[in-house]
Amino acid sequence: MTDQRKQTLQELQERFGAKLEMEERSPKRIYVLVDKTDVPDVIRFMFQEQGARLCTASGIDGRWGVEIIYHFSYDGQNMIVSLKTLVEKPFLKIQSVATFLPAANWIEREIHEMLGVEFIGHPDMRRLLLPDDWPEGEYPFRRS
Amino acid sequence: MSYTIPIGPYHPLLEEPEFFKLKVEGERVVDMDVRIGYNHRGIEKVAESKTWDQDTFLVERVCGICSTSHPIAYVNSVEDLLQIEIPERAKYIRCVVGELERVHSHLLWAGLAGHFIGYNTVFMWAWKYREIILDVFEHITGNRNHYAMMRIGGVRKDILKEDIPGFLASMDELNEKNDMLTKAVIDDPVLHARLKGVGILSKEDAIAYGVLGPTARASGYDIDVRRDEPYAAYDLVDWDVIIMEEGDVFAKAAVRLLENTESIKIIRQCLERLQSMPEGDFFLPVEDFPVGEGIGHHEAPRGECFHYVRSDGSNSPIRHKIRAPTFQNLPSFKASCIGETVADVTLVTASIDPCYCCTERMVTVEDNEGNQMYDGQDLIRLSQEKTEHIREQMKG
Repeated sequence: MTDQRKQTLQELQERFGAKLEMEERSPKRIYVLVDKTDVPDVIRFMFQEQGARLCTASGIDGRWGVEIIYHFSYDGQNMIVSLKTLVEKPFLKIQSVATFLPAANWIEREIHEMLGVEFIGHPDMRRLLLPDDWPEGEYPFRRS
Repeated sequence: MSYTIPIGPYHPLLEEPEFFKLKVEGERVVDMDVRIGYNHRGIEKVAESKTWDQDTFLVERVCGICSTSHPIAYVNSVEDLLQIEIPERAKYIRCVVGELERVHSHLLWAGLAGHFIGYNTVFMWAWKYREIILDVFEHITGNRNHYAMMRIGGVRKDILKEDIPGFLASMDELNEKNDMLTKAVIDDPVLHARLKGVGILSKEDAIAYGVLGPTARASGYDIDVRRDEPYAAYDLVDWDVIIMEEGDVFAKAAVRLLENTESIKIIRQCLERLQSMPEGDFFLPVEDFPVGEGIGHHEAPRGECFHYVRSDGSNSPIRHKIRAPTFQNLPSFKASCIGETVADVTLVTASIDPCYCCTERMVTVEDNEGNQMYDGQDLIRLSQEKTEHIREQMKG
């Protein structure tokens, strides 16, 4: 692992300490577990201070809730840091990051309509992909 | 007094229906809204019911123009899950296919963009020279489009040594034509007047919206997955990333045309290496898929394609997330279109290279007296008239 990557991860570790649980699958693929209440702070730091680029986010329906993974690319360092958080059922709510990161706007809208996660504070939560006459409260990507 | 112009969503010619709502005051666009989803086919969900190998060919159907970009990103993600290194021969073949696709996609775009601004000669040139690439594709893969060349662990077919001199000759011809086209576009004073300063996307906005590919590189945002996270053979050959600072439509056109030259350079080097290296394996047999996750990306002609897969150790993925570049590029209209005229919005939307079907669709301009009808042809006519007007002025 290059020094630059090490330094980036160290900065994250120093700033948030025990709030992050890091797992290194390979030198260029880092998975970080984080509580959903800390997500906006961590993302703000990664985007604004470290210059990470939000590639996308993916939502996965599970037994206890919806797992949301924010994938960030550190382009100059050849590293992707994936931020994982669990939004528990039955109240699927998480703070939106689109308020300070426009790149997250559409993907949050997509996760909202596909999985029924509510992003608090999102500037524009209208439908993006599903047709207008799709029934309310039905989410195509839920497993149950 | 403001009007609302709805554009879209369906057109049978091109593949991606979108719906634009332009709020205009006089000629100026003051607000804009985009709606997508008319072509949502649930491929991510379908992928969960297919096997790992079948998914390679399923994701090829995500897009018809850049049909090898998604397979490359997908096999990258599965190879990340498996933690394997593919044979060197396969690396070069992947690069050849990926770069041929970039050139044909950029030429296709240049042709359409030429048509929109009333340069039908550019349209005919670009599409004519694109044929050279499609012929090479047919020779290498058996198909002019939807090449089905990728497989997990390598490629499906080898490139034969005896064919390579012919391909190199085709690349020479293509390079010459592409040079001519590039110079004709970059030196044209009418195009300078028509395209410079139109639809500027600043570097700050480019970073905030997370735009990708030529859209980002034309705004001075220096990202390219091929260089930043080298895969296939991109770190084994010599090439440059094209960056421009202006962020306008002209810069986006120039970046694409200059990238073609770089792509041809990559293809030539890869073919020469394939010719000189001994024949050998071009794929690695893969049987077991472990539990875990994989991320793969590929610099497609329009920007980074991003794939995430998760495995539970069974025969198919339990989650497959696909993010195409237009998903990030499209929302940046909000930053680049506001304040432009309707005739220029036609161009700005085209400059990001989405699939531009929507504007050719029936369009209605509502006013207080009733409805006045416009169709997509009228929008293109408006844009072409503006070019003609500039041309006349320059003559006088």
